[in-house]
Formats: sequence, C-alpha cells, structure tokens
Amino acid sequence: MFDFSIVTTWFDSLLRQTLGLGDFWSILIECILVGVLILAGYAMLAIVLIFMERKVCAYFQCRLGPMRVGPWGIFQVFADVLKMLIKEIFAVDKADKLLYCVAPFLVIIASVGTFSFLPWNKGAEILDFNVGIFLLTAVSSIGVIGIFMAGWGSNNKYGVVSAMRGAVQLISYEMSLGLCLVTAVILTGTMQVSGIVEAQTGPWNWLIFQGHVPAIIAFLVFLVAGNAEANRGPFDLAEAESELTAGYHTEYSGMGFGFYYLAEYLNLFVIAGIATTVFLGGWAPVNIGIEAFDAVMDYIPGIVWFLGKTFAIVWLLMWIRWTYPRLRIDQILKLEWKYLMPLCLLNLVLMTIIVAFGWHF
Amino acid sequence: MEANNKSYFGEIGDALKSLATGLKVTLKEYFTKKSTEQYPENRKTTLHVAQRHRGRLVMKRDENGVVKCVACTLCEKACPNGTIKIASEMVTTEEGKKKRRLVDYQYDLGDCMFCQLCVNACSFDAIEFTNDFENSVFDRDKLVLHLDKEHYESSLPNILDGGAPLTIGKFNTATK
Repeated sequence: MFDFSIVTTWFDSLLRQTLGLGDFWSILIECILVGVLILAGYAMLAIVLIFMERKVCAYFQCRLGPMRVGPWGIFQVFADVLKMLIKEIFAVDKADKLLYCVAPFLVIIASVGTFSFLPWNKGAEILDFNVGIFLLTAVSSIGVIGIFMAGWGSNNKYGVVSAMRGAVQLISYEMSLGLCLVTAVILTGTMQVSGIVEAQTGPWNWLIFQGHVPAIIAFLVFLVAGNAEANRGPFDLAEAESELTAGYHTEYSGMGFGFYYLAEYLNLFVIAGIATTVFLGGWAPVNIGIEAFDAVMDYIPGIVWFLGKTFAIVWLLMWIRWTYPRLRIDQILKLEWKYLMPLCLLNLVLMTIIVAFGWHF
Repeated sequence: MEANNKSYFGEIGDALKSLATGLKVTLKEYFTKKSTEQYPENRKTTLHVAQRHRGRLVMKRDENGVVKCVACTLCEKACPNGTIKIASEMVTTEEGKKKRRLVDYQYDLGDCMFCQLCVNACSFDAIEFTNDFENSVFDRDKLVLHLDKEHYESSLPNILDGGAPLTIGKFNTATK
C-alpha cells in the first residue's frame, strides 16, 4: 500500500533542510499548499457531483439529462458555473446585510471543514486529531447556523419558514448521526480518523463486517440521518422547491447562491465519505484473507478505493433521493425521535455488549 | 390512508417493505431505455409524429394536381380566427351555366389555432391537416400561404405516414 506520508515528509524536509527555512515559514508554506489542494479538490468534486446528480437523476426519470453542451453534456456544469460567476450579486431591500453576507461563508466553511477530515489515502489525512470524529460532527453543525442566518437575514417569508425547518431537522438528525458514529467508535476504540481506518485494514476488517449486526444497523441509520443532514432526498424540506421556491437561499444570486449549491453537493460527498471512512474502511482495500488476491488489491492505490466506495454511496444516496417523495415536517421529526434515535440507543447498547464480550470478528 | 392501528414494530416492518418496493421500481427505471427523443439529430431517422397531429393545413390534390375546392367559403366562415380568406370569380361554363371558381385560397398559418373546424366544415373533402410541423420561418409574411397555388412537399421523409415507427429507447445522435 502506497504511503502518502513519504511525499509529505519529503516535502517537509525539502523546506526545512534543503532550503533551510524555519518553523514559521515551512509551516506557513505547507498550510497554504494544503489549503489550495483542499479547495481545488473541493471545486473539482463539486463539478463531478453536480454532473453526476443531473445524469443520475435523469436516468432515474427515464430521461437522458444534459446532452448538448460538449459530448454527452460534460461541459454543462462549466457553463453553469460561468453563468453563476457573471451574475450580479445584490442584497435584498431591508435584509439584515451582515447576516445575509456572512451566511454563505458559514455554510461553505462547515462544508470545507468537514471535507478536510476525509482520509484520502494512507498518510493523506489532512485534519487528523485524536478527537477527530467528535470535532467533525461539531464542525458540521456550523452549517445549521449558516442556513438559519440566511433564512432570517434575507427578509423573505419563505426563507424564514425554510430556516426554521432546516434548523429543526438538522439539529434532530445530528442526534442519530452522532450516535451512529459513537457506535463505530466503541468498536475501533479511537476517535482519530486515521486510527479508525487503520483498525479496518486486513482481511474482513471493514467495520461493517467486523461489527456485523449493530454495525450494519448503524451504517443504515447513518445513511438516513446523513441524507437528512445534507438536506437532500426525502428530507429536503428546507429547500422544498414546490413549497418554498428555494427556501433559505431564495434571495441569493451569483456566487452566494453558488456557495449553497456547492455546499449541498459537497455535503453529500462528505456524508458518503464519512460513511466510507467509518463503516467501509476508508482507503482500506478489499482483503479476503487469500494472499494472492489481497496482494493484487493492495496494489490499487488507497485514493481509488476511497473515491470508489464514496461514489458508490453517493450513487446510493441519489437513488434514495430520486425515489422517495418529500416528507412532512412532523413526519420527519417523528421518524427521528420515535424511530431512529431509540434504535440508535439500543444499537449502542448492543454494540457495547458485543465489544465487551468480544463477539465481534 | 389505511387505518393506522398497526403496532409500533408492525409499522416499521411495513415501512421497510414499502421503501424497498419503491427502490426496486426506480432501479428498474434506471436501466430501462430512455424515452428522450433527440429531435434535430433524429429528424430523418427515428422521428415519429402521429398522423393525426395537426401541423398545418394543405389542400388535397388528385393525380392531375387539381384541387377539389369549389370556393364555397364554408371553411372561411367556420374559422374562428379569420385565418382563411377565399377569393373567387363567377365564370360561365360551355353549357351556359354560371359557376363559381377559386381564384385564391389564402391561409395564414400564423393565425391558425389548429382547431380543425375548417376541415370539418368542408363538404367537398378538399382540405386536410398534415403532421408536418417544421413550419418556422424568419418572417411573418412567409406564414401567409396560398394553398391552391403552392406545390406542397414535406420537409421530412415519410413524415406524412407518421415517420419512423413509434419506438421508445431508440434515439440516434450520430446520424442526420
């Protein structure tokens, strides 16, 4: 398995020893470089995801999707981005200008923040704290504030209704999201993202196999809660187009709207990425215990494994999204507080028992 | 809605079952052939237009190219939009009878709402609607047609018979 830390240590030593830079300059250069890489990856994935969404959505609806701009419509998203960039940005009359302007940045910060927790490869985790998972859920919650501020600040009744719905929904589903992650943490014994993935390398060691029943339950509940957290699928109440025009980002144009659009798709990717990291082994390849097979699988780089698994889950979430009709707000809350959360708590107990007695693989 | 008297766990079971059914339906749809027709590309290959589609009015002609219209102006009177304007003259035939003869049959496609009232009013089966729908021009004046004088020919092959058979999932982007 290729260890990406070879590259990073080489670069670090290049700055420190070969160029003789001090702590301040080498860390500054590294930080800027990593930041640029994150943002570039973020933008590229957004383009891929938006195109994928349009195509997958079209296929589920027996359509072809964009076909005109470029072969098979692949330049459609670039045209959209260009359009968005040249649109005028204006603030609505009597809007709360401060909240209105800050809100998109909060949403994008939360999105980029969680995005940087994803383990791309062995040794290529960008944010890797000992309380990684905990911090990740905390950072992802910043997005709620952005949504609420946008809805409140834009002086629009649809916006306020949408912001209330969004806040209620996101805060509720944070619950089962967190509980699912805690269930996984019990099994791995660490909250560090790299540690969680490390615990899943080796034959049949993905958490979903290791933890069998409770892990599978946690995985499924995580997908449901994640879908709600990303404001998508049957849970897209906050931007219910048919009821609230566009909800909290009705009054945004140009890149303000673009940020929400980006964040929505990247949140989808982040949710899928976390599900991959925690339950499907992150960059860990499929190992089944037969040496020749495992050796071949190990040759495939970790980033391919990670992206492959993540996009498989993204597709799964899109499938769910384009299948189910939107829920009502009371149904959403009922689902969370009466079904998912009790299930998660029971699952937590079950997992604790299994780990305590060593019944996992 | 059904009576909601299921137990808590019974509801969960039912929900999972119905959710799975929904996923099965959409998954099947994902892999079926798509029904989108890519119009300009397929206009000479797989384009299908129903024969009864009302694209524009034409005059029926016999094999000698003679129209059946006798200039009775029933269609002109039937038209709610004043789309049709008929000019006629009285001529005396060899037997000495006076007869009305068609001089100009003006049909303004831009005003037509394709209601078929004119075709229904015609007692001589002289006019009909065809399914030829490619009628756009750059100048409104070009929409004013003189049906008795024009030599009508469809812009698309076989379109008058409905074009290609109606098939779903056979689109062709490569050929024109």
